[in-house]
Amino acid sequence: MKRVQFERSTVPYFFVAPQIAIIAVFFLWPAGQAIYQSFLLEDAFGISSQFVWFRNYEDTILNYAWLQSAGFTVVFSSLVTFFSLAIALLLAVKANEVLHGSSSYKTMLMWAYAVAPPVAGLMGNLMFNPFIGDLYAAMNAMGWDFNQKLDAFDAGFVVILISVWKQVSVNFIFFLSGLQGIPKGVMEAATLDCRSPTKRFWTITFPLLAPTTFFLMVINITYAFFETFGIIDTTTRGAPGGATNTLVYKVYTDGFLGADLGGSSAQSVILMLMVLALTVFQFRFIERKVHY
Amino acid sequence: MKLKQHIIALAAAAVVGGSASASFAATEIQWWHAMGGRLGEVVAEIADDYNASQSEYKLVATYKGGYEDTMTAGIAAFRAKNAPHIIQVFDAGAATIINAKGAVYPVADLLKEHGVGFNSQDYISGVRYFYADSDDKMIGLPFNSSTPLLYYNKAALEKAGVEAPKTWEDFEAIAPKLKEAGYQALAQSHSPWIFSENFHSRHNIQLASANNGYDSTDAKIMYNNEHMIMHWTKVKEWLDKGWYGYYGKAWGDNQDAFVQGKVAMWLGSSGSFGGLKKSADFEFGTTYLPYWKSIIDEPKGTFIGGAALFSFVGHSDEEYKGVANFFEYLTSPESQFSWHKETGYVPITTAAYDLAKTEGYYNDTPDAEIGILQLSQPGGEWTKGYRLGYYVQIREAMYKAYENILTGNSSVPEAFAEMEKESNALLERFHDTYN
Repeated sequence: MKRVQFERSTVPYFFVAPQIAIIAVFFLWPAGQAIYQSFLLEDAFGISSQFVWFRNYEDTILNYAWLQSAGFTVVFSSLVTFFSLAIALLLAVKANEVLHGSSSYKTMLMWAYAVAPPVAGLMGNLMFNPFIGDLYAAMNAMGWDFNQKLDAFDAGFVVILISVWKQVSVNFIFFLSGLQGIPKGVMEAATLDCRSPTKRFWTITFPLLAPTTFFLMVINITYAFFETFGIIDTTTRGAPGGATNTLVYKVYTDGFLGADLGGSSAQSVILMLMVLALTVFQFRFIERKVHY
Repeated sequence: MKLKQHIIALAAAAVVGGSASASFAATEIQWWHAMGGRLGEVVAEIADDYNASQSEYKLVATYKGGYEDTMTAGIAAFRAKNAPHIIQVFDAGAATIINAKGAVYPVADLLKEHGVGFNSQDYISGVRYFYADSDDKMIGLPFNSSTPLLYYNKAALEKAGVEAPKTWEDFEAIAPKLKEAGYQALAQSHSPWIFSENFHSRHNIQLASANNGYDSTDAKIMYNNEHMIMHWTKVKEWLDKGWYGYYGKAWGDNQDAFVQGKVAMWLGSSGSFGGLKKSADFEFGTTYLPYWKSIIDEPKGTFIGGAALFSFVGHSDEEYKGVANFFEYLTSPESQFSWHKETGYVPITTAAYDLAKTEGYYNDTPDAEIGILQLSQPGGEWTKGYRLGYYVQIREAMYKAYENILTGNSSVPEAFAEMEKESNALLERFHDTYN
């Protein structure tokens, strides 16, 4: 391949400067602070401080509470990502086929997009309230002895349901525009070759949607890891018995409620490394299978 | 990321809060508090009344969110050298602020050195020592002081034909009758506070080494004892028999169960009295926190929950004069009595208590006196409270243990052993951090 050499100019640097500045102020500087704090044993008011190497990591990572929380985070994130993608894809495919009143269907499916996670959590909390919650009553009426306060499975069900509900509409919008971007000609040719719509979907539509799906997967994993914080905080708060405590919620409770800066910094550094590793994995191994 | 934005927002708030001062001729006194809802309105009234009563100082009361949020805001402001003059810190956070050497100006010294004078004997016995150091010197001024009480639905008890229980043995006798009458017998709103800390005070049992943590940060938790294991084995039995309702960690969810008439009796705070009067549409009464006859014949008093006001170091003498002046106003019998009446929190001085009695307040509402009577019951060796570091996290460990007991996830001894291990690791971290 022939390489084209352009003359170097300083102008592009001016264009990227604002972005670089934002990353530096809102990511690099706080991340650096977190790494520095994670090596310190310091009282909350910053009066005395000592450098302790990896003590904070040993104290806060190598214990049952952290491992329990890590386990839940993995299960929770996988389920939230899978179900919010699957349901959104199903809805998008169906909404795309509707001929009459399709725009009102689409608008209604997008509505929940505007709801912030803590608000979704509060709404879910009301619906699962043991005295006035309709969903709580419905679950029990169906013969499920439902009690999210005293049953770890039920509590997990509540937070996953709310997190998925909140995210489906975001995914729906992307899948729908992805579907509309598939050339009509390709679909018509496929119809001539194959009668089964299911087979057509899996062999033609789904591979063509792969770039959208991959992008959404990255976004959804990040959502499940971090943004569901607001949902956990307004519903279970990690209960019962720490069964629904995600890693980011634990960072918050230890640091912001418990005033243990070193310990929560160490946990956030580990969390940062986990997400970094996950992102590298996604781009190296999964993105290879995606054709743009 | 949410957390980072949060940090920056806090820092920004601290800067704005700090720079707003010093624009008036009167010396401004910043007071950050955690009193929301009706309580917040009362605090605003206190500030207005104080400002109207004199012209030298201007008190600015700012609501900073819940107890933990307020403490975090205070910590961020202190680190940014923009600390408010007065901050409200709750019971579980007391060790954090008191052990940070040189962060606060002890209230006893502040009052004495700024012409107000201070005598700890003016305060009722239940509040005198909780926010004091090991030499009994008061560091924080008790502000909203409450104590756990048993609330009961009068109609429910009448329907079952029973009296409110004095002891847990009595409770076991009446619970089946309440169940028959269609009620869950009991719920409670704060198991670390009521079924652990005050359980030890009521039965005069030590809850941590090093004099409940007052003498040193080098302390170990002593919750894993036979009495606690017996009590929680019983609580689990009660739950299984349908005598006890657990509606989660949130205070309000359990209180709602009582307000909705699902449970007949509820263990809450004396500070809940004012709110319940408004929300419950039935007659209710209050009585003392029950105890186990099998553990102690004559129960001891309880100690306070709630929060205290601390004054940060680093302000001018003139400003501290203002703080002292406001504290004098706040602890005056009239101001304490009105706070007591409006909220249900107990008056902290004997003079205020006497005023409430002479005004005949308890003749009309005898239930409002139970809290202060319970706090004034004879104290024992272990009724003064506790001073334990990272106690917010220890309470989380306790909640976890209790939920594991109630869900049947762990046996009672297993849950206590795990909680002890987790708590002691936290205490060791705290000791190494603050020494």
